Amino acid sequence: MTDSEGNITRRDLLRRGAIGVAGIAAATQTLRAAEHKLDPGLPTGAARSAHDPRNAATQGQVSDASIDPHAFLEQFDYGEVTRRPDGTVVREFHITAVDREIEVAPGVYYPAWTYNGQVPGPTLRATEGDLVRVHFRNGGSHAHTIHFHGIHAGRMDGVFEVVSPGESFLYEFEAQPFGLHLYHCHAIPLKKHIAKGLYGTFIIDPRTPRPPAREMVMVLNGFDTNFDGSNEIYAVNTVPFAYTQRPIQVRKGERQRIYLVNILEFDLINSIHLHGGMFHVYRTGTSIEPHEFTDNLMLCQGERHILEFTFEHTGRFMFHAHQSEFAELGWMGVLNVVDGSPIA
Amino acid sequence: MSATRRTWILGGLPLVLMGVLAALVIGTGVLDFIRGSAPPVEDLTFQRVSLTPGRITADVVNGGRDPVTVAQVMVDDAFWSFTVTPSPTINRLGRATIEIPYPWVEDESHEIVLLTSTGVTFAHEIAVARETPVVSAKFFGVFALIGLYVGVIPVAIGLLWFPFLRRLERRWIHSALALTAGLLIFLGADAIHEALEAGEQLAGAYQGTLVVIVGFLGALLLLHTVAGTRVQGGGASGRRAVAWMIAFGIGLHNLGEGLAIGAAYALGEAALGAFLIVGFMLHNSTEGLGIVAPIAHDRPRLRMLAGLGLLAGAPTILGAWIGGLAYSPMLAVLFLSIGAGAIAQVVMVLYRVVARELETGEPLWTPLTAGGLVAGLVVMYGTGLLVA
Repeated sequence: MTDSEGNITRRDLLRRGAIGVAGIAAATQTLRAAEHKLDPGLPTGAARSAHDPRNAATQGQVSDASIDPHAFLEQFDYGEVTRRPDGTVVREFHITAVDREIEVAPGVYYPAWTYNGQVPGPTLRATEGDLVRVHFRNGGSHAHTIHFHGIHAGRMDGVFEVVSPGESFLYEFEAQPFGLHLYHCHAIPLKKHIAKGLYGTFIIDPRTPRPPAREMVMVLNGFDTNFDGSNEIYAVNTVPFAYTQRPIQVRKGERQRIYLVNILEFDLINSIHLHGGMFHVYRTGTSIEPHEFTDNLMLCQGERHILEFTFEHTGRFMFHAHQSEFAELGWMGVLNVVDGSPIA
Repeated sequence: MSATRRTWILGGLPLVLMGVLAALVIGTGVLDFIRGSAPPVEDLTFQRVSLTPGRITADVVNGGRDPVTVAQVMVDDAFWSFTVTPSPTINRLGRATIEIPYPWVEDESHEIVLLTSTGVTFAHEIAVARETPVVSAKFFGVFALIGLYVGVIPVAIGLLWFPFLRRLERRWIHSALALTAGLLIFLGADAIHEALEAGEQLAGAYQGTLVVIVGFLGALLLLHTVAGTRVQGGGASGRRAVAWMIAFGIGLHNLGEGLAIGAAYALGEAALGAFLIVGFMLHNSTEGLGIVAPIAHDRPRLRMLAGLGLLAGAPTILGAWIGGLAYSPMLAVLFLSIGAGAIAQVVMVLYRVVARELETGEPLWTPLTAGGLVAGLVVMYGTGLLVA
């Protein structure tokens, strides 16, 4: 042990010296008779149980009924749809910023800022060319905005038009271009507003739909529960190990499509690695042709991609960040591939 | 009404009023108003972390004002399963034991982080992982050997200066006593420093610094009251009492030292070269010199010399046993501060011993006594360097 300047104190030296003495003492034969095995390197019953893979996870279940990563996975908000005389589809969305304490891991509560009371916010979905109208009301205690990624007018960018508590704002723009986008609060301080939970997925489908598939939204996020500027918890869709403790059921031979969004704060990059299969990558979802075929993909902050894959074998397959640290701190899940008739 | 009764009533009245006031504050919710909606202040302190193959066991105490609930446990940046007894919710000054089935790696460092229900984290670093000694013949044997090397043998060697001291003139004896005072001042300052440092590991509610002050002054005044009268008598029996007191003070200091050694071994801190034993022998053998200096011109029995040596040295063994088995920062703070108080008292006694033997008008501080005291400090410092 050292003091704040890194100096070794006298007693530390005493301790260390004593251990030197102890080493000699232990080496002397006088006590051999009484000696019994003290080698921690050898596995015993206790050591085997320490290596049980089930040990490396959070303990217990999240009891907050409104936090359900399994329900969130396949939930899409298409808005209230109306049609204009010229045939334009108009989609009206309603989003309210709410301060809310959420259970981010079993028994761990985080004072979040949310869109519609949930983290991540609802997954908004439109088709290329639709008129998107987002009615935003700030019911929180701080000023917020919604900043959409995509192509739109400066006034609709959700940066300079700050919405104070109690006020409202209407974001209106044409859904352009097709792809996988995201939305998040852009009020200052920016890091804080994102880290507190104000983000969500925004999907713009191409006019010609993508091939049928079983579709899932995975938002890679994390929580700095002690506000020290680094994450304690890493997750897909907020709850660490949610899909490890209850694996996602997947059919063999069925096309899987994952809308993967990285909104992790504080850590520069994130990644996904899939076991037992390879996936096609559609970068930012802005192309119909895949860019890459891999089993490991890196994402910077705010980066997002569509992944498509089909399992050829049954069994339990992990997916997780290949930053092992993130994986062991919660960004880990399991796909349970079973036989059955594919839905897509 | 008798005068005595009136005195008691007058003395008790303020206490009764304070009790009424406390009941009012607690009963009427004034506290809740003062606290408002302030978030709870959580304070968990690791008391002891022990390692067995495939398992880490941590004892924690809640030193904050509010209950704390341990929600999750991380080891080396990984969430890990655990059991917590008696309950994950730990009340003020309550304790809990957390068991973690973790495949720790010998000689490497590990970090345990407790994540509470409010998202606060409490971390503890295991600097060098080693299996915690279990109670066995080997355990007691190894720690007895450590105590012998570090405590008993050096003190015994120091006692061998006795025949040499006997041949010295009175003024040189006084110089030796001043030297002893120097040694003791060094040890006392060291004990205070270490007690304060150990106090920082205590949960906030236990007020480590104040424990040091209570231990130090308490020991000093208690010894002053109990042993002071014997020393006052002067003569051979007074000098013997001084020798016993020095041995006792050094014994307490060595008990604290043994605690630290045992705890370090138990907590698996870095092992350095064995050449340090030599440094320890030189460093601690000066303690033996200090013990015999006051009785240099008397004729103590061998049994008494052995007793003095054991009283000063053997507590190292006892301390190492306690430290290895059940180290707690509170024990270390108490023993070290009591030791420092005892040492301070002995230094005061030494001063009087020398002063009493002087003729009227003879100065206390001569080059021999002043030089002796400074030499005592320098010797401790120098041999301390050897330990480094």
